[in-house]
Amino acid sequence: MSEQSQPSRPTAMRILLVLLPLAAILGSFVWIASLDPLRSFNNGAPPIEALTVERTVLDQSGIRLLVRAGGSEAMQIAQVAVDDAYWSFTQDPPGPIERGNAVWVQVPYPWVLGEAHNVALVSNTGTVFEHEIAVAVPTPQASSSQFRLQALVGALVGLLPVALGLMFYPAMRGFGAAGMNFVLALTVGMLAFLLLDMMAEATELAAEAAAMFQGSAMVWLSALASFLLLMAIGRWRGRPEGLALAFYIALGIGLHNFGEGLAIGGAFAAGAAGLGTFLVLGFALHNVTEGIGIAAPILRVTPPLWTFGALTLLAGGPAVVGVWAGSLAYAPQWSALALAVGAGAILQVIVEVSAYLLRQNSDRQAVLLSPAVLGGMLGGISFMYATAALIKV
Amino acid sequence: MASRSARSQTAPDPMAGHDMQAMSADPYAAPMPGMAHGNMTTVGRVDHDANGFDPTAMLTDWDTGRTELLPDGRTLRTFEVEASDREIEIAPGILFPAWTFNGRVPGPALRAKEGERLKIIFRNFGSHPHSMHFHGIHSARMDGVPGAGLIGPGEEFVYEFDARPFGCHLYHCHALPLKRHMHKGMYGLFVIDPDPARQSDPALSAVAASRVLGSPENAGWQELAMVMNAFDTNFDGGNEVYAVNTVGQAYMNEPIRIDKSRPVRIYLVNVVEFDPINSFHLHANFFNYFDTGTNLTPTLRTVDLIMQCQAQRGILEFSFAEHEDGMYMFHAHQTEFTELGWVGMFDVRGPGA
Repeated sequence: MSEQSQPSRPTAMRILLVLLPLAAILGSFVWIASLDPLRSFNNGAPPIEALTVERTVLDQSGIRLLVRAGGSEAMQIAQVAVDDAYWSFTQDPPGPIERGNAVWVQVPYPWVLGEAHNVALVSNTGTVFEHEIAVAVPTPQASSSQFRLQALVGALVGLLPVALGLMFYPAMRGFGAAGMNFVLALTVGMLAFLLLDMMAEATELAAEAAAMFQGSAMVWLSALASFLLLMAIGRWRGRPEGLALAFYIALGIGLHNFGEGLAIGGAFAAGAAGLGTFLVLGFALHNVTEGIGIAAPILRVTPPLWTFGALTLLAGGPAVVGVWAGSLAYAPQWSALALAVGAGAILQVIVEVSAYLLRQNSDRQAVLLSPAVLGGMLGGISFMYATAALIKV
Repeated sequence: MASRSARSQTAPDPMAGHDMQAMSADPYAAPMPGMAHGNMTTVGRVDHDANGFDPTAMLTDWDTGRTELLPDGRTLRTFEVEASDREIEIAPGILFPAWTFNGRVPGPALRAKEGERLKIIFRNFGSHPHSMHFHGIHSARMDGVPGAGLIGPGEEFVYEFDARPFGCHLYHCHALPLKRHMHKGMYGLFVIDPDPARQSDPALSAVAASRVLGSPENAGWQELAMVMNAFDTNFDGGNEVYAVNTVGQAYMNEPIRIDKSRPVRIYLVNVVEFDPINSFHLHANFFNYFDTGTNLTPTLRTVDLIMQCQAQRGILEFSFAEHEDGMYMFHAHQTEFTELGWVGMFDVRGPGA
């Protein structure tokens, strides 16, 4: 509708035109709810039931589960069996669980350290929802000593490698055009690997979440939204270059390292293989390229020294926060969301670093297939893939 | 009450040992002192009134039908059984869409006497074809299989045969698929008491007399009807709830009162589907076992555990006369079945206590 071609309507009229369809929507909803025109489809089938266990906490008082209902009607947990034995339990809050609501189920079960347990939640219709505890270990609790230890792990896998990578900065400053292209392409390759890795991780986690979170759509749309938002912010005042671009890379990598921290913390909580020195070293090696990538756009500028500290904190610090959050047991949908937002941020820096790389060279087509760019890109991907083999367990 | 002491000796203390430091100090220490294993229990109680049957009442609820004298002097005993669909509560809060005989699971415990003529009028008010297949001696026409007494919804059939051999038997629906019709709840005890007059040995005749329901000799016994059954509530080919007489842990919550001055006789049948074998284990005591109940001398003497495969049955005889008063447990010794509901208590006391 064009404002110029029509005389503008009075305000009351405009409001009425909006209210009319709203009233129609409301009216039809009331009609459907009161008349139930679909009742002839009622074939006596039992309601659809869905229960998702979002958190598992093991401690001295037994097993605690955060359980979310997602059935077509409110659901009732009638009994709980652990390892094929009906066990007493309490539910908080008690009673039927409305669709979308979550309750804590507390089972005073004497679980056995290091062994597997199977919890079966039996609904009033006799439907069984099983939840496996692969390795029973006490869930880490928020204590200062625990926090310190986890911060150390986070620093080793996040802060340290970024700082080490940034130490290549003085050496890289001497690079010529080809060397510069190589480093930028290496960064793009490394980021491309992270993007795929994060999206795969996010969709995998989203599949574990309750159906109502629509995991797949949530992951893809939030990644897209985060990409578009960061692109818009980045291009607010022209194209990001130099220090600004370095900070965007650090942000994207920071979100990735947050996700990595979540996974490590989650492994702590789930008791999955005590995090060995080998694994920590693998993470550190894997993440060294991240520092190189952050340094790439600032090779032609001379930033103040404090910015290196800030970049390291932004890129590596979230790993610490991630380990904390992950070890305190988390719901899969929120981890998936964090990873998807991070993937969007990574895509933004891929676009910006690529654009920067192209702008550095007059012949844009030729540079793409030049040995330096191709080599850097493939080198970045290969290095990430190879070092990832150390940390995927 | 007695049931309470059976269920939890120690109340769980939610505040005990919550400290992470204490836990990491010795992770292999016996964990969670507050958690007595008495927490192994279903939560809540089954509404027996809504079900229309009570596991405790079912122990002694024999259906003897109605009798009349035939011209040849024999007794004609007539039972009436109706099949119907019914949702029953098999463990607290867990509902199961059952197919029932006379509205209950297990179906009525039919009891007759050796040599009688039996007539079972069967009406199918259920939504599927059903039958009554008796484990006994009868003609092919009366076998309750497709083509011989299997009837559709709304139909009626009369099974007729002589009551033989004496023993502890069962009947069940033999519509196909058999597995589904069995585990939906269509089974029951079919006990034929021996005729003492047919025994030449006076000792065996006395044993037979003690088995005849309503005889003076029988009055000295406590007889219990027990059907070991189970329910596959999610229809995945494995049972979620195991029980005696349908309700999981019913006799933990309400122990079976035993007067220790009188010996106990249990008519036991196993109708559990999917699992090949079930068992009965008595605590702190031993019993004699008459497999299928077709003999008056025990098959096994002085045992505390017997096995039964699907549809196997027998009679257990034991006495608590010399025991202290107290709670004596009985359960399947497949511990998985035990922990999924097949466990109970005998509350043994003197006659006046």
